[in-house]
Amino acid sequence: MVSLLDIIGPVMVGPSSSHTAGACRLGLLARCLVGGTPQSARIELHGSFARTGEGHGTDKAIAGGLMGFRPDDERLRVALDIMDREGLDYIFEKTTLGEDNDVHPNTVRITVTRDDRTAVMQGSSLGAGRVLVTQIDGYPVEVTGNLNTIVLVAEDVKGSVARIATLLADAELNIATLRLSRKQRGGDAFMVIELDEQPGEGVRDTIRALPWVRWAFRLDKVGAA
Amino acid sequence: MYKSLAEAIRDAESRGVSLATVALEAEAADGGRTIADIRDALTRALHIMRGAITQGENPALRSESGLVGGDAAKMISGPPGPLAGTLFRDVLMRALAVQEVNACMGVIVAAPTAGGAGVLPAVLTGIALAKNIPDEKVVDALATAGLIGAVVAERASLSGAEGGCQAETGAAAGMAAGAAVEMLGGTPTQAGHATALAQQGTLGLVCDPLGGLVELPCVFRNATGAAIALAAIEMAMAGVTFAIPVDEVIDVMGEIGKSMDVRYRETAGGGLAATPTGRRLAKERLVQIKRAGG
Repeated sequence: MVSLLDIIGPVMVGPSSSHTAGACRLGLLARCLVGGTPQSARIELHGSFARTGEGHGTDKAIAGGLMGFRPDDERLRVALDIMDREGLDYIFEKTTLGEDNDVHPNTVRITVTRDDRTAVMQGSSLGAGRVLVTQIDGYPVEVTGNLNTIVLVAEDVKGSVARIATLLADAELNIATLRLSRKQRGGDAFMVIELDEQPGEGVRDTIRALPWVRWAFRLDKVGAA
Repeated sequence: MYKSLAEAIRDAESRGVSLATVALEAEAADGGRTIADIRDALTRALHIMRGAITQGENPALRSESGLVGGDAAKMISGPPGPLAGTLFRDVLMRALAVQEVNACMGVIVAAPTAGGAGVLPAVLTGIALAKNIPDEKVVDALATAGLIGAVVAERASLSGAEGGCQAETGAAAGMAAGAAVEMLGGTPTQAGHATALAQQGTLGLVCDPLGGLVELPCVFRNATGAAIALAAIEMAMAGVTFAIPVDEVIDVMGEIGKSMDVRYRETAGGGLAATPTGRRLAKERLVQIKRAGG
């Protein structure tokens, strides 16, 4: 369903909703994987991001997103200067992440490191500022960033979904969507949980502490409204 | 939200209310937000639109490629043409200003998109200033414009990559025309004709930006899009009607977009982007940016 406020909006730094606003959102999501501004990052630009990214400020938008600037933040224009001033080590590379039919033309792979944590995220900017994260640490995911999201990989043990659902309910968090997938029976189970409310770091840490959870990330809502 | 403008017009006229009213009510029913909340968001959008126009008046403004900037300022201090001192010239200035700010990584409202962001603020704020229309009514007009854009998104497309420039500045002209007619006291039916008149004038318009950048011709397309909107507004207010119903005009825009060659859909493979000068400029300027970025 189309919302009137999607049409009269979003408020954003130009020039392109896909190459600037969407790119910024992907940076914001990658930042969440290490819980704050990464000290170093490797940003691999694919397709149209690589070809026309600089003219659209895609590099600035992603760097700004990594530093926590939102798509309507005027600091995006000078994000690379701020990055240098803050001593952050972000490297941009042009690359090919796959065949044209398999990989969206506006795709980026971002490797982020903060303190002793490193994570890799691949995502695409689909147009009109909408984004889709397609891979985290090599696992296929589908995260839109429209809601607060918890992504986790766990051993395929019985009752894992019930345990997580109870844990979230105890934290007064309402599950909007939950997708569960696994490569094979008994293999790792992959969970993407979208929440109506924003979960605290504590919830994520509690999930991480479960013995059968391999890893868990919290991705903050980066939608337009 | 409505999927047909004819239906929205019927609802509004049977109740004796404006398109803005039915649009705000539909949005409130869909999204669970109050009408006051939605109006607040639209009021913020209006302030940002005006802010972008002010920034765009700066004669020193240049995009990173250097392809655009400074032309809005020429509409203020440049030599007069036959329309000097008129609302028409002021609206052209405003459309150029917003789109130049967009190209220079300034803050704009993507309404309906970043590439077509100049038309709606230019037409609505230009007319509001010239005719002394209070902000409350301009905010209503933004709601009407949002309704028209939502119908276009539903029936056709608002993306240059999908439907060419007719889906961006063309749709923006249709939104601006319908919204402005209502803001000026026209009926919902007249607003529908204004939208149809503006959209028909942009049918087939391709999206052909040099180097794929939202700069050239985008900045100028916004100005000419605003001019088409003004023409449609003037005709609709005078009682001119368009025989093809507005929903059908929107539908055919979508059909034309689908059959448009991919070269004409934001890929820089055709149109102005593929002219000898277009290719040369894109090559020179893109190389320049790469050097500037190290």
